[in-house]
Amino acid sequence: MLQVITLLVENKTGALMRVTGLLTARGYNIDSLTVARTLDPELSRMTIAVAIEPHQRRQLIKHMNKLINVLQATDLTDSPAVIRELVLMRVRAPQESRTGILKEAEIFGARVVDSTLEGFALEATGDIEKLDEFIDIMRSYGEIEVTRGGAVAVSLESRKLRLSPPVPRGTEEAKSEEKTGVI
Amino acid sequence: MSQLMSGAKILLECLAREGVDTIFGYPGGVTLPLYDAMYDNPIRHILVRHEQNAAFAAQGYSRSTGKVGVCCATSGPGATNLVTGLVDAMMDSIPVVALTGQVTAKLIGSDAFQEADTFGITRSATKHNYLVKNINELPQVIHEAFYIASSGRPGPVLVDITKDVFQGNAHYAPVTSIHLPGYKVYTEGHTGQIRRAAQMMLEAERPMIYAGGGIVLSNSSAELRELVELVDAPAVCTLMGLGSLGSEHPNFISMPGMHGSYAANMGMYNTDLIIALGVRFDDRVTGRLNAFAPHARIIHVDIDPAEISKIRNADLPIVGDLKRVLPKLSAVLRELKPSAGERAGLKAWWKQIREWKDEHPLKPVVSDTDIKPQHLMQEIDRLTKGKAIVCSDVGQHQMWAAQLIRFNEPRLWINSGGLGSMGFGLPAALGAQVANPDQLVVAICGDGGFQMSIPELATLFNFGLPVKVIVMNNGYLGMVRQWQELFYANRLSQVTLDCFPDPVQLAGAYGFKGRTVERPSELTEALETAFADPGPYLLNVKVTPTENVYPMVPAGGAINEMVLGPPQPVAIA
Repeated sequence: MLQVITLLVENKTGALMRVTGLLTARGYNIDSLTVARTLDPELSRMTIAVAIEPHQRRQLIKHMNKLINVLQATDLTDSPAVIRELVLMRVRAPQESRTGILKEAEIFGARVVDSTLEGFALEATGDIEKLDEFIDIMRSYGEIEVTRGGAVAVSLESRKLRLSPPVPRGTEEAKSEEKTGVI
Repeated sequence: MSQLMSGAKILLECLAREGVDTIFGYPGGVTLPLYDAMYDNPIRHILVRHEQNAAFAAQGYSRSTGKVGVCCATSGPGATNLVTGLVDAMMDSIPVVALTGQVTAKLIGSDAFQEADTFGITRSATKHNYLVKNINELPQVIHEAFYIASSGRPGPVLVDITKDVFQGNAHYAPVTSIHLPGYKVYTEGHTGQIRRAAQMMLEAERPMIYAGGGIVLSNSSAELRELVELVDAPAVCTLMGLGSLGSEHPNFISMPGMHGSYAANMGMYNTDLIIALGVRFDDRVTGRLNAFAPHARIIHVDIDPAEISKIRNADLPIVGDLKRVLPKLSAVLRELKPSAGERAGLKAWWKQIREWKDEHPLKPVVSDTDIKPQHLMQEIDRLTKGKAIVCSDVGQHQMWAAQLIRFNEPRLWINSGGLGSMGFGLPAALGAQVANPDQLVVAICGDGGFQMSIPELATLFNFGLPVKVIVMNNGYLGMVRQWQELFYANRLSQVTLDCFPDPVQLAGAYGFKGRTVERPSELTEALETAFADPGPYLLNVKVTPTENVYPMVPAGGAINEMVLGPPQPVAIA
């Protein structure tokens, strides 16, 4: 089963490397990864699909949450969430199979985004397993070329985002605070 | 209020604001503007002989004082040479800030002279790292770096700064606050969990306190002592935690693990409650996991949530700063203790622990003909009385020193615990001596590790640092040889070090005294002479070449099945 982790990260150089570095250092292979900015242009939303054991995932998420640039890392695998993917596909469609292809596309809710004498370009979104099926069916019509967008997800639970407040630094008061032993 | 200043000057100003008084470093091409600004700056620069040793020395400075250690290197090879020292600091959670120069921003990616992707290379070697290409970001970044290095679970932070940032000018206004919204530090501990933990401690019949480097890092020795006395449990200190509970304390039963004492390991095996404080259940402590404390519940207190249940599931986790959590635990214990009544099991437990202690004590081996390594450690212990700063390298001598030298305070025992970096001892002692000019600082090295750091003898001489370098010389890479003897049919492969420089000539060449001792009868006098010498001193102690460290839990073995000594000859009837 695919495990999905969603992260809210600061949009800073190296943030992506820090997150993927945690995975590569442990030898985990990323199934898919998407990153894009959020409503706040200083933040990005990252969705990672990776096949690992549950106890490894718990440990991994703790480490992700330790990263300075990560505001929140959440495991969506076992919690209510909508997980979707976009697929773009080019299908070779000779005259005799065009109708069939269009019918299947309709069943899967795919849209035709380009049509030529050679074939179609299709766009489909949906559940990851549904898209697997769609791709399998289209393959039976002949040569296809597929680009998958990777899983994107949104949690159905509202999670409180805990952020650290600013801390005094570089002043005498900050120094005396440090001397108490706890920063 | 702001004034126009160069990036190099801004950097030094920020360091001063962070209370930095010493930098361990080595200059180079892109740090030229920085070193020019240092020329008439009050911050002291200690010129080492290799960047790796700058990082180790910064650690020695930090480990002996608790302050952030600072090291500095140029771009390319300078920065890559720091890496081992940074990973070492990462493994042992030592607050270090590393400053590196980078080629001018517009040259990055052009394979410029001495260019390396320091930011990429050190990503996994640090707690956090920065690449500064914009002078306006510099002050903020420097203060963030010190905050990240020293707060939460401490660790190394690297700031890579391009040459044009050092050279450029900007209006500098002092930073008064920083904001890292994603950096969470949990200090207080959960009140309910603390109460439950205290109850568990009083209910346990065979409790064990397992204290580690976290006690040292959080300066919680006094708080630990209070808790130990309230619970009245036997306490073990890990290699990183030695000294956090004084070796003389009646509840202290030495170090657990691979080369720990029999009593400590039997205690850890048979306990029904482990009170784990600032530890990470390292494989060198636990041995085979399913045979580690199989009957015990676990209370785990750590500031790093990722340490909880990483290796061994915690029945009761508390995430917080030991400095804050331990007094709260003690307060609850004081409140609950009168009603807890007679803790009948505890008496029997202590009796058992004492029996184990008496059965197989960590006793020094002494011979009339050659100096036994244990004898050397015993004499260092006797003469330093638990008061000297002892910096160890990595290997057999490290284990014997940890077993046999007493430490009555934290921050006296300095060693590379997690990474096990050979060559650590001498530069760490250098850094510790810089920070503690009036204290006796001893570097205990093997003949292998010492030869990795020989160039720093020059630094000792240059800065008049009276470090006593004691080489436990057995002519072998002893720990590897021991494993080859025990597990590889004594096929000794590449472990013989049959060339060692004459210490009198070597130390003499650097400008101070050296000596070799071979006979047990000379040892005490030789150590006394070295310790009394006002300058640095190199003492080469030739010990029994093939002595092995015992007790020993073979890798992957169970801690209750220790090998207590060399195999005895079997009599054939």
